[in-house]
Amino acid sequence: MSTETPESAASPPARSPSTPSRRTFIATTTAAGGVVAAGGLVAGPALLGAQEAAAADASPSSRVSLTVNGERHIVTVDNRTSLLDLLREHLDLTGSKKGCNAGACGACTVLVDGRRVNSCLILAVRLEGAEVTTVEGLARGERLHPLQQAFIDQDAFQCGYCTPGQIMSGVGCIEEGHTGSADEIRESMSGNLCRCGCYVKIVRAVEQASGRK
Amino acid sequence: MSPQPQAAVGAPLSRVDGRLKVTGRAKYAADHKPDGPDGVVHAVVVDSGIARGRITGIDTGAAEAEPGVLKVIHHRNAPTLPYGPNPGSLNLPGQRLRVFQDDQVHFHGQPVAVVVATTLEAAQHAASLVKLDYAVEPSETDLAEAPATGDPVTYTRGDAEAALQSADVRLEMTYRPARNHHNAMELHATVAQWDGDRLTLWDKTQWVQSPRAELAANFGIPAANIRVVSPFVGGAFGNAARAWPHLTVAALAARETGHPVKLVLTRRQLYSGVGYRPAYEYKVRLGSDRRGQLSAMTHELRGETSRYERFSERGVLAPGQMLYTTPHVSQTYRTVALDVNTPTPMRGPGYSTAAFPIESAMDELAHELGIDPIELRRRNEPENDQASGRPFSTRRLRECYTVGAREFGWSRRDPRPRSTRDGDRLIGTGMATAVYDTLRAPGQAGVRLDADGTAVIESSTSDMGPGTYTSMTQVAADALGLTVRNVTFRLGDTNMPTAPLHGGSLTMASVGSIVQDGCDKVRQQAIRLAVEDEDSPLSGADPDTVVVRGGRLHLKDDPARGETYRRLLARNDLTRLEAMGSWTPGQSRSSMYAYGAVFAEVAVDARLGLVRVRRMLGVFDAGRIISPKLADSQAIGAMVGGIGMALLEHTVTDHRDGRIVNANLADYLVPVNADVTGLKAIYVEGRDDEADPLGVKGLGEVVVVGVAPAIANAVFHATGRRVRDLPITAESLL
Ligand code: FES
Ligand code: FES
Repeated sequence: MSTETPESAASPPARSPSTPSRRTFIATTTAAGGVVAAGGLVAGPALLGAQEAAAADASPSSRVSLTVNGERHIVTVDNRTSLLDLLREHLDLTGSKKGCNAGACGACTVLVDGRRVNSCLILAVRLEGAEVTTVEGLARGERLHPLQQAFIDQDAFQCGYCTPGQIMSGVGCIEEGHTGSADEIRESMSGNLCRCGCYVKIVRAVEQASGRK
Repeated sequence: MSPQPQAAVGAPLSRVDGRLKVTGRAKYAADHKPDGPDGVVHAVVVDSGIARGRITGIDTGAAEAEPGVLKVIHHRNAPTLPYGPNPGSLNLPGQRLRVFQDDQVHFHGQPVAVVVATTLEAAQHAASLVKLDYAVEPSETDLAEAPATGDPVTYTRGDAEAALQSADVRLEMTYRPARNHHNAMELHATVAQWDGDRLTLWDKTQWVQSPRAELAANFGIPAANIRVVSPFVGGAFGNAARAWPHLTVAALAARETGHPVKLVLTRRQLYSGVGYRPAYEYKVRLGSDRRGQLSAMTHELRGETSRYERFSERGVLAPGQMLYTTPHVSQTYRTVALDVNTPTPMRGPGYSTAAFPIESAMDELAHELGIDPIELRRRNEPENDQASGRPFSTRRLRECYTVGAREFGWSRRDPRPRSTRDGDRLIGTGMATAVYDTLRAPGQAGVRLDADGTAVIESSTSDMGPGTYTSMTQVAADALGLTVRNVTFRLGDTNMPTAPLHGGSLTMASVGSIVQDGCDKVRQQAIRLAVEDEDSPLSGADPDTVVVRGGRLHLKDDPARGETYRRLLARNDLTRLEAMGSWTPGQSRSSMYAYGAVFAEVAVDARLGLVRVRRMLGVFDAGRIISPKLADSQAIGAMVGGIGMALLEHTVTDHRDGRIVNANLADYLVPVNADVTGLKAIYVEGRDDEADPLGVKGLGEVVVVGVAPAIANAVFHATGRRVRDLPITAESLL
């Protein structure tokens, strides 16, 4: 029921391992929900109860300093804020997309310290000192990154919604050296869904940019 | 007028909006930030935890106490909304869902409250704190269990029962395509802002007119007070055509709080908040002679709909009436009202559903008779449309078979099922025919040629991915005689001239013809201006002998004699030339469809039952192709969608409580990159001049129609197992 709320996004950053985390709490209530719902009176989808409310109280926030696309930001964020929501809602960097908010689609892929990650799964408060690169930070002025250009050349997108995530993931894939074969690229790019079905051309674009073709 | 040289149309151009899309600057609905001092506040929908019953209690105390929460709106405190009639919309027979207007729950996941807060985090958390009590009533969500409701839709020609009785060969099968969700990558999102009684929506929509009309009716305000803006749509496949209930929620939340509101449905909420391709039971009976000549077909269908609206789609019946020579046809289509939300058209609507039973049945017949599946189809190729009696405008299906068979290597196929192995894998090939209506609709486009020799064309159509921006730019560039670089096409705003719905593969035919008309008018204005202008080198020329190329007007047979738009306009002190393009499809004498032949090769793990598509080929007759590079992407993308429909996609409901249990992208499987190899599309040459002035038939739908049955037929060929339920899972092959 509430499992799609990014589980980590709601768990306070520095909690001792013995404290029951929200992750386990959600798992319990979700399971219970199915059973109760089959009976009679049930609570709504909002099954997180009073205990949770008490725990939440005022929403704690933290100061984080991080670099995004080469620019240093010092921000005060709600501890529940994901990196994706920080980028989109607070830094006006809406290139990174939300497709599931649960780590299942890759639309939110960015690079953190050079590694590709699903930004919907990372809490902003954990990123003290981190270097984040989003799709907005790839081009040098008007000069596109080779992979951006390859996406255009190969027509590796249609609606374009998954594209920022695909491109960031592709940059990661190339950096990681997973471009030895088309099969390897396919495997390495399979965390990024494209509902328009551009996979064949995404592979070609990664090949083009990695110099394989 | 002299026909314009075609330089842009037919050229394999890259997308004109490509740069915006690869740099993250293309603005989708949720990316918009309204101007104004206080930015935007966030709305999160709370949805019902039961499928049927009444809300008996709602406790919003904890939610309201959450810092940042502005308001929780639900049926006990929401204003009564007019919900006036909305004729001409995509609303269906029945009564559309009225948000927060009463205590009734019609399906699991129905919006029952909305939390508005200053931050997304607060709204999300507070939404989880809203407590609801219900009086639960028994619900029915299982198509297999529930009785049909209402009068069936029927079609009859000849006497199918008698013909079946006397047929040499009779087959009877029931197929069950599963419920599929569109699952476009973009979440449905709306940003709503009121200014007095004027409303602006930045919305994910395939038709900006649709939310405008719906919200005007729901709020009882003139449509002219509502502006809808939607420059980019992150995929839709039919699901952003109707204006869904969350739009009213967003507008209501904005009005009640006095702030611009952003509302983004969660991935889970897309399974109940917007539509889906319904599940069907599709019973087919075939009668034929020993040579495979069909004499009779009967189709009995049951399809899901909701209890509050009746969804039906003509496309599930059409192919059975016109695809093959069949003297006797009888069809009965019943809808089954369930405690679910209402379905909606999904890519290749109806046709892709019907193609699975019909094209599987043809394959079953071919096997039964020992006739090659392509040969069987050729033997039943009709000379005209047997449903309407009309001739086909164009039907290059035989050519699709020939080209497909050759390119795919069909002649090397051993027809015996389970005859080919590759190690542990059983290899099979299959094919299926595809067909889809050529739809057209009227509309308008504004065309403006500026003194600097550039042009802007506007029409309130949409681009959910096929490349409307690009293809319209190509059409306009040729009609105006400009290079693509000097043409800008804009779309997705109700302030622009009205375009029809972007769906049903009608955009290229319709908006393309509209754009061409407007550009023709502007070009002819310019030519007239020149030939009547004593100072023009074209003075006195016959306007019909003038063409424009690269922004320069000249005599067709004497290119040296001419001048540029720029000089012409400057000399005449004109800042611009303008025209309104329009086109209304005429009454047609012909039966118009796009066609295709789809081929698939699968490898099935003999021990595990896992199916892998090794390669696919689609050969399509879609009329003229305006933008070949993009058309190729569309066809290949549709194959990926079809692979999902055939092998992966299945919305699973827990019928005990009506909850969809796989309402997320981890459990509702869609194809990933590693699932896809070796896809190829070919378009056979040829225009369809009866369809529209551009000669196109539309291609976004037909390319998906035959994919699932081609794969299913290949699985049969590989394994000898006929699976009649979609998706074909490993379990069904063990
Ligand atoms: S939005 Fe982050 S993986 Fe889908
Ligand atoms: S381009 Fe539309 S989802 Fe990938």
